[in-house]
Amino acid sequence: MSTREITYGQAVREALAEEMRRDPTVFCMGEDVGIYGGSFKITKGLIDEFGPERVRDTPISEAGFVGAGVGAALTGSRPVVEVMFCDFMTIAMDQIVNQAAKLRYMFGGKARVPLTIRTTIGGGRSGAAQHSQSLHAWFAHVPGLKVVVPSTPYLVKGLLKASIRDDNPVIFCENKTLYNTRGPVPEDEYIVPLGRAWIHRPGRDLTIIATSSLVYKALDAATQLAEQGIEAEVVDPCTLYPLDVETLAGSVRKTHRCIIADEGVRRYGVTAELVSVIYENAFDDLDAPVARIGASENPMPFSPPLEAATIPQTPDIVRAAQEMGMPIRIPA
Amino acid sequence: MDESGTCAQLERSTLVWMLRKMLEIREFELAVSDVYKRGLMPGLAHLYVGEEAIAVGACAALRPTDRITSTHRGHGHCIAKGGNLKLMMAELMGRAPGYCGGKGGSMHIADLDLGILGANGVVGGGFGLATGSGLTARLQGRDDVTLCFFGDGASNQGIFHESINLASIWKLPVVYICENNQYGISMSQARSTNIRDIAQRAQAYGIPGMVVDGNDVLAVHRTITEAVTHARAGDGPVLVECKTYRWFGHHVGDPGSEYRTNDEVEEWKKRCPIERYRRWLVENGVMEQPAIDALVASVQQEVKEAVAFAENSPFPERSEVTTNVYA
Repeated sequence: MSTREITYGQAVREALAEEMRRDPTVFCMGEDVGIYGGSFKITKGLIDEFGPERVRDTPISEAGFVGAGVGAALTGSRPVVEVMFCDFMTIAMDQIVNQAAKLRYMFGGKARVPLTIRTTIGGGRSGAAQHSQSLHAWFAHVPGLKVVVPSTPYLVKGLLKASIRDDNPVIFCENKTLYNTRGPVPEDEYIVPLGRAWIHRPGRDLTIIATSSLVYKALDAATQLAEQGIEAEVVDPCTLYPLDVETLAGSVRKTHRCIIADEGVRRYGVTAELVSVIYENAFDDLDAPVARIGASENPMPFSPPLEAATIPQTPDIVRAAQEMGMPIRIPA
Repeated sequence: MDESGTCAQLERSTLVWMLRKMLEIREFELAVSDVYKRGLMPGLAHLYVGEEAIAVGACAALRPTDRITSTHRGHGHCIAKGGNLKLMMAELMGRAPGYCGGKGGSMHIADLDLGILGANGVVGGGFGLATGSGLTARLQGRDDVTLCFFGDGASNQGIFHESINLASIWKLPVVYICENNQYGISMSQARSTNIRDIAQRAQAYGIPGMVVDGNDVLAVHRTITEAVTHARAGDGPVLVECKTYRWFGHHVGDPGSEYRTNDEVEEWKKRCPIERYRRWLVENGVMEQPAIDALVASVQQEVKEAVAFAENSPFPERSEVTTNVYA
């Protein structure tokens, strides 16, 4: 299988185009996704191939077009709805939480809602408090939704194709700071199934469970720790629900130490849940308490130094590892 | 009553069907009130009594492949679109053979095979679903029409505006039907809006708006038929307002007397949609009274059987609690 390097954004676009070619019921809808190519230029060019019916510009009307996406999914379409920022998902929360997530259950299993909502998380662009949030944990709290937080071009493409083919509502959280990140992606078609964690780097001394942009910071931290003789394993859940508990806990059973890093606010967030999952599944194997790293408890500030102080950074991960009381090995 | 003559051209079978469905709704709702008071139905029971002409007149204008979305006061819509009384009553009592296996209850009954996209517990919850259903029809190149039933209260939700705006720019085949029963729980339409007719809002979207006597099944049928024809032809959505009144409180247990006068209630009861239609059928020689009496008895028996079926049905197994969350 030949592979080339493309960006995370190109990988998303390829997934959309391939799925629209493959299945005539798939269509894209959202603000400025058509002629303009999307605010992040992810859908650029799709309107030329698929036309304005299937690459559908919507008014600024999140509740309206997300709601229409739910209704379209319920009646035989397979919509991929783009919500520019996850901050704006709050405007459509009734449609997502009370309608999309629950229709199948409320109707006794007779409905399918094959809806994918693509949205963006992540700070670091001075977007301030209403354009920088990472609210993925909110959706993982709701039974009926699946939540995907892809980190690399390879994963984002394979996971988006799996999400579009899934018969459930999927909240697909792209990280806006990763759109220009390059990585190897096969030329041939592939799918990355939902619910499987991805080990980005193997290691024997410490498990760093990291999501989305924190995967890159965890890999940087692992490189620095390796210089100190600590071999960290970096594990990416890829999907918050379904969650690959076995791979996460299995890694911790091997390394006996665990740090969890996610860009959402620490309080009641992804890290809180994952700490519980590790304690419930690998407590007896732990040599130190699990450490967790998340955004500080404030709205995202605008000014770059304040923003950087809010978002978890590589040194936070290195420091947490050093504070775990690991025996330092001198590299041979 | 309708005197235009248009409805007199309806097939006799349709005219009889409309009476039968209105009677089914009335008898079903009276039975719901009864089983609720007997403690057989948990949750809330929002009765449709007094509004029967709207669901029936509207659904009589549909093809089987057309779809509807409903509301928390949804039993009537479900029955008018062909819903099964036994499965409905079993669902209301939380029993296993009910429409949703006991997982949805009164406010979430759906029958997707019949095009019933569900009652909805959120006021205005049907707008997005109906609009998306219209979008599917358009994308599939089909001319199926979706009716979106909602109340006067829902017309003040933001999703009303967003959905009708989308449908208007995309010319979706959706008919938005406001069942204006005058009150959103306790708040009258006069206090909750600054306009006389909800249908006036159609102007804001550049679509037709119509007002009709919602207690006149023939007038409702004629108006909705016109709206459905418009939508089916690809000319876009229509907003139809049906003026009506709920005879009882917001739900069984709400006396409905704190926010409206007895005189007002009694005045509306005189405009009973079923009695008006019965008289019209007899006066126009469509049905004779003995045939109507027989129909009433037959419907009462059917409802009685639905109640017995539900009462004798088992509750769902505890193991069912986590099934059907995901496909």
